[in-house]
Amino acid sequence: MTYTITSRCVGTKDESCVTVCPVDCIHDAGEQMMIDPVECIDCGACVPICPVDAIFTEDEVPAEEQDSIEAARSFYGSGGPS
Amino acid sequence: MSRRVLVVGAGPAGLYAAATLAAADVGVDVADRLPTPYGLVRYGVAPDHPKIKSVTRVLARPFSAESVRFLGNVAVGVDLTAADLREHYDAVVYATGAARGLRPGVPGDDLPGSAPAADFVAWYGGHPDAVSAERLLDARRIAVIGAGNVALDTARMLLKDVRALADTELPDAVLAALDRSRVTDVHLIARRGPAQARFTPVELRELGELGVDVLVRPDDLVLSPDEVRTVAGDRTARTNVEILREWARRPERGASRRLHVRFRTRLVEVCGRDRVDALLLEPGGETLPVDAVLYAIGHRGTPLPGLPFDEVTGTVPHECGRVVGVPGAYVAGWLKRGATGVIGTNKADAGETVASLLADLPGLPRAAEPDPAAVTALLRRRGVRPVTWEGWTRLDAHETELGRRQGRTRAKLTDLSTMLAICG
Repeated sequence: MTYTITSRCVGTKDESCVTVCPVDCIHDAGEQMMIDPVECIDCGACVPICPVDAIFTEDEVPAEEQDSIEAARSFYGSGGPS
Repeated sequence: MSRRVLVVGAGPAGLYAAATLAAADVGVDVADRLPTPYGLVRYGVAPDHPKIKSVTRVLARPFSAESVRFLGNVAVGVDLTAADLREHYDAVVYATGAARGLRPGVPGDDLPGSAPAADFVAWYGGHPDAVSAERLLDARRIAVIGAGNVALDTARMLLKDVRALADTELPDAVLAALDRSRVTDVHLIARRGPAQARFTPVELRELGELGVDVLVRPDDLVLSPDEVRTVAGDRTARTNVEILREWARRPERGASRRLHVRFRTRLVEVCGRDRVDALLLEPGGETLPVDAVLYAIGHRGTPLPGLPFDEVTGTVPHECGRVVGVPGAYVAGWLKRGATGVIGTNKADAGETVASLLADLPGLPRAAEPDPAAVTALLRRRGVRPVTWEGWTRLDAHETELGRRQGRTRAKLTDLSTMLAICG
């Protein structure tokens, strides 16, 4: 299990999640914030603080947002934040 | 000479403060009365949540800098007096947490067979000061009062098959005691409704995946118009209610252990002659027979000498982390904001405190004797042997090796003198 930021973040990018993440695994990925699925420790601190309710566990990601899981994997797999 | 700050308490709040101070080129000592760092990450986070415990790799970072030292096994206020702190440090950040579990304040709440859940957590977490909860596990029916994650952890540790815990870092004695546990029924009792519960949904769901029968009274899940509005605007509350509704639909399957969940139920008395044998509950005046009860209704900090203290909230009065009326003293973490939030909450919390401290620092009087070696020399003269970061690393390696031989990630030691001997 890990947490994923869905496209609901686009246009908001509030970054409260970055402030509370205890392992600094949330980064600016251009249009939206993303969570490094390898570094994430599953604490869930980012979920309630998100003002647009964009963050889900991978199991709970809504059907129309499934792509966000793979998007985060490939973003970090390809070297992640510069 | 760079400025010197003492951080008291090596839990998440203290270590986030240390990291921020170190980044600002301030020399930092982190004192803890135990030989081990990480506070509640080591002694509070449940042993079957190893991924959350891996936050230690971030919390340990400040100690890679030469300017940051760990002073384990040092009790500030005893081994170091207020005068010593003024002599050796420019400022002090207190991050000693909120270790004391509350009792509900109803008749009989201190009968044998009752305890704050915090005590049970400290025991299974291997805290060196913890009192053994072995006798508690003679109980067949245990009530857990509360509606937060401590209540969930407590219920899960009581209900979970010990075989599923065998690969965790639980101390050997705790594993053995859980193996002999006679618990069959756990009653999770919450004062308010399901929409007000403070559960993290992921952890609530986990409780339904233990292979035990979960019994929820469907009537408890009928929401008032106010609660319907709460649930509509709060995904956490909504998910919790959905999980509970799914549980309420499950058929009972005759499992050997049962979890009974009830909401809108108030504990009014703990009954029993010389130990707990029942709870008196309202509304309805129902008597629920139980053999033990654990209170997961909150934590309070402990007053520190020389600092103001608010007995009601169990916190130190402060303004943006500055202790009111005590220049040069700061607070962070649960001692500052009360026992709320998650590990990550401490990052911003400690950040605010350190920002205040750094802003004040140019105006604070300099320590008369800022040489770090002077503090350790003073402690040695008093017969105190501070555990260094290297010393802790030896204990860490020892526990890891002990665990490896047993096929688990770590086997925790709990005897203080053994731990100190290994730290060297």
